[in-house]
Amino acid sequence: MTPHGNPEFPASTADSGSRSIDKAEDQSADRTNAAAAAEIRPTGVTGNVWPIWEVFVRSSRGLSHVHAGSLHAPDAAMALRNARDLYTRRNEGVSIWVVPAEAIASSDPDSKGSFFESPQGKDYRHATYYTKSEGVKHL
Amino acid sequence: MASQTLQSVPAEPSPVRHEPSPEDAARRDAEGQAYFDKVMAEDSRIEPRDWMPPAYRKTLLRQISQHAHSEIIGMQPEANWISRAPSLKRKAILMAKVQDEAGHGLYLYSAAETLGQPRDQMMQDLMDGKAKYSSIFNYPARTWADMGAIGWMVDGAAIANQVPLCRASFGPYGRAMVRVCKEESFHQRQGFEILLELSHGTPEQKQMAQDAVNRWYAPALMMFGPPDDDSPNSKQSMAWNIKRFSNDELRNRFVGMMMEQVKVLGLTLPDKDIRFNEETKKWEHGPLDWAEFHEVLAGRGPCNAQRLERRREAHQNGAWVREAAAAYAEKQAKKQAEKEFAA
Repeated sequence: MTPHGNPEFPASTADSGSRSIDKAEDQSADRTNAAAAAEIRPTGVTGNVWPIWEVFVRSSRGLSHVHAGSLHAPDAAMALRNARDLYTRRNEGVSIWVVPAEAIASSDPDSKGSFFESPQGKDYRHATYYTKSEGVKHL
Repeated sequence: MASQTLQSVPAEPSPVRHEPSPEDAARRDAEGQAYFDKVMAEDSRIEPRDWMPPAYRKTLLRQISQHAHSEIIGMQPEANWISRAPSLKRKAILMAKVQDEAGHGLYLYSAAETLGQPRDQMMQDLMDGKAKYSSIFNYPARTWADMGAIGWMVDGAAIANQVPLCRASFGPYGRAMVRVCKEESFHQRQGFEILLELSHGTPEQKQMAQDAVNRWYAPALMMFGPPDDDSPNSKQSMAWNIKRFSNDELRNRFVGMMMEQVKVLGLTLPDKDIRFNEETKKWEHGPLDWAEFHEVLAGRGPCNAQRLERRREAHQNGAWVREAAAAYAEKQAKKQAEKEFAA
């Protein structure tokens, strides 16, 4: 299999051809292309890293917002639009929150036991602890 | 997902911190390993901030980033047909599908980022030709029927591979896969429908559909990876509950599904050796050209150079958008600050 005779080729060449005409008419496009070329360095760092936002989606009225995932965006407005495109392409939501990831405080995973041990041994906080009322109606 | 990697608030007022001594580090590793082993034994999930063996992190980072790259490169063979779709309906469907692939790439980059690798670095590695992606996307999409064959067979193989990954031991990867799998089934069905319509059309259209199936069959089977006895990393991935079934197991299961479905299409699979082995209760297929697989993976496939070139081009062409967005965000932030200062 060789790329010759591949219809992908005519399409891409025709496409880039029309773009190069546009470019000739618009000098600023050349400038942005030069900037783009400068941006891609083999060293790998683009110097333009957008912050991470965590996305929470309310799937329908009456339900809480639930964490859906994360994305990169330069500001809250773009984060919201991006979140809409990325996480609600199929009517998954009626409302979206975006939160800067660095604003979220989380519990320490290393203190798995100690941080959550308070409820341990306090079964009496659950209805199932009380068995004497079994069989009694409406209780 | 990425918040899970963040600085946490300590459970108690933190005691005076000492520099961790080698003994402390060793104890932490031992405790971490014990907890990790327990999670594996219970078939539970590891989350980003948990301790994990360096090799587990490395394996996941490689697998998830390669998966993300595959989604991103995978947009190309189909995007090329958007302008030549046979109807407005097909065009809209194809655009939705290609947009989904972009989304899948982003979910997966997010999952990979929780392992500590910035997305920009991963994208740069792809453009620099340092990262791998699925060999399937280095084959050309020659006719409209290829859109059908790609949806039916390539996305079909991807689904067969990805459904078990929903239960991968690494939480963010599994969650990303759940989302991806939900969306992939539309991809496979629309591909099947394209082929069905062609196979019920003129003799030329039917031939075009058969030709596409013939060309995509073997590359689709090879998507499951090398045979089990030539897949050195599989065993460890299965021990870590990342992989749930071996390459050959998934491939054989997929062949069985294709065999049934191709009958509905009124087409045939280009493999005379497909049979159901009554003894093993498994489907079997004819030999595949693994030398070709390794060639394509090594960068010498029909479209490798073209795919990377297009990726770099697209990134460059998008530079002004990224710059404009950053400049606008900065301007808005400045305005907001001035407003607050005046108030």
